[in-house]
Amino acid sequence: MPRSPGEAESAPRPPESQTMSGPPAGIEEMHATRHVRLEDLNAYYGSNHAVKDVNLSFEPGRVTAIIGPSGCGKSTMVRCVNRMHEEIPGARSDGHVLLDDVDLHASNVDVVSVRRLVGMVFQKPNPFPTMSISDNVASGLRFTGTPRGEISDRVESALEGAGLWNEVKDRLSSPGMGLSGGQQQRLCIARALAVEPDVLLMDEPCSALDPVATLKIEELIGQLKEKVTIAIVTHNMQQAGRVADTTAFMLDGELIEVGPTDKMFTTPDDDRTEQYVTGKFG
Amino acid sequence: MTTESAAASLGPALSGRRRGILDRFGDRGLYLITLAAAIGSVVILGGLTYKVIDEASSAISSYGLGFLTTSNWDPVHEQFGAAQLLYGTAVSSFGALLLATPLSIAIALFLTELAPRGTRTPIATLVELLAGIPSVILGLWGILVLGPAMQSTIEPALHSALGWIPVIGSLFGGEYGIVGLFPAIVILTIMTVPIVSSLTREIFTTVPPTAKEGALALGGTRWEMIKTVVLPYSRPGIVAAVMLGLGRAVGEAIAVSQVIGGAPGIHANLFLPAQSAAGQIAAQYLGATGPATAALAYLAVILLLLSVVFNAMARILVRAVQQRASQT
Repeated sequence: MPRSPGEAESAPRPPESQTMSGPPAGIEEMHATRHVRLEDLNAYYGSNHAVKDVNLSFEPGRVTAIIGPSGCGKSTMVRCVNRMHEEIPGARSDGHVLLDDVDLHASNVDVVSVRRLVGMVFQKPNPFPTMSISDNVASGLRFTGTPRGEISDRVESALEGAGLWNEVKDRLSSPGMGLSGGQQQRLCIARALAVEPDVLLMDEPCSALDPVATLKIEELIGQLKEKVTIAIVTHNMQQAGRVADTTAFMLDGELIEVGPTDKMFTTPDDDRTEQYVTGKFG
Repeated sequence: MTTESAAASLGPALSGRRRGILDRFGDRGLYLITLAAAIGSVVILGGLTYKVIDEASSAISSYGLGFLTTSNWDPVHEQFGAAQLLYGTAVSSFGALLLATPLSIAIALFLTELAPRGTRTPIATLVELLAGIPSVILGLWGILVLGPAMQSTIEPALHSALGWIPVIGSLFGGEYGIVGLFPAIVILTIMTVPIVSSLTREIFTTVPPTAKEGALALGGTRWEMIKTVVLPYSRPGIVAAVMLGLGRAVGEAIAVSQVIGGAPGIHANLFLPAQSAAGQIAAQYLGATGPATAALAYLAVILLLLSVVFNAMARILVRAVQQRASQT
């Protein structure tokens, strides 16, 4: 994968999470501080050029929604941020993804460390199939070597952060797969929050959920945006309107337009954006 | 009126009489042929079981369950006991699985999660080809190549490395031979690894990719992903694969009888010769008469029972895995 040689030498490692340095503070003490900047990002599947020269920022404290028709490259683009894109056989990318001032795509950056700072929630809820509710949330903490004594407190804090604690506190040891779809997705959000990431990527997190469960996740996003920098991919324009401060519109792998959500849905600059948000295509 | 006349004119066309004989009765014939084949396999299994039990009946009634715990096998004085042979079977099979299980899991993990994609299928094919080697050839290799190497190098090395450990050390005693339990264990390991590893590989491919992705996205290393998702999800399936491997190891006669030494005995030292139940049947059935035949048939009944039990357990576990896979 082509990387940036100049950047690589000056960029040692991703910045340590502010919450990692001190004693475990829990989700309540998290604050969104990190910027994510995509610079000239390109992504490919073999010869298919899926993301083309994208430049985009995710600001802390503001939710950025990425909208666009199916296959426009929006999921691929966010998967480049935590470098999950490169897990797919034949996939590659070039350009820069900066977390504050560190290029996450630099050759000397450790991919496992990147994913501990940039969490992800997937389209379909994917709790670990053999694990209990609390073990699901604890799994990331076990990866990072969190002391055994702290785990149960941090599991509780993460489940509270994901708005699930009151629903599951009496059955923490029952299987995660036994929850409803919406609860499973909030369990996955809790699992991502437990390691206290700086950034949370959400790849169509509500596409498999009913309207009530969707509403709960959207409320949760509103609460979490102060704690962690959030980018959400959605095919649902109403959802972008409800949760996002900034909206980016993609078409055929290109970033067409980005701006404040109100403006994007009322007076966009580009005709294609207007046609998409008014339902003329997609 | 019009409908009646239409029915009258269509009647001959729809009766099927205009089709040729083969065309008309082909489906019926196909059904009967395939039915006969299916029934045939059931009849053969039933007949085989009946015949073996029938042959063994005199031995079963005269020795009873004491057959399992008595040691001597003396056709001259018509005294038969299977304890030494069952010991040989148990030690060689379990020893083989002790070696084959971790090896098979490692091969399967390498081929599903770690190997470069282009090399996965060729390596898997080669491993499965190992299962196609006739067991008599493996046995010959055991006598000509493995046995001498065991005697001169491997067994002395194991003795000096492990022989001093209390209890376990007695398995690796100070007498070395070309034939014995240990070469039998190694040959059975080579025979079971292809089966167990290819089944395990298939089980690993049923692990939901979304769960594996979840573990990686959470900052898990490849090993943490395997430990968190792949192995726990596959556990019942791996046990089933090992059970099927055990069935294969318990029943293998030819290769084992070539390398195990053919001398029934119960001793901790793996380097000494022994005999397995299947090996005993293969080696002695031709010359046996009367009570000796019945005693060998009794051994066969025991082996048949063991293989049915292992297969049934494996099947139950596989069904459990399939049901869970269909839920997610």
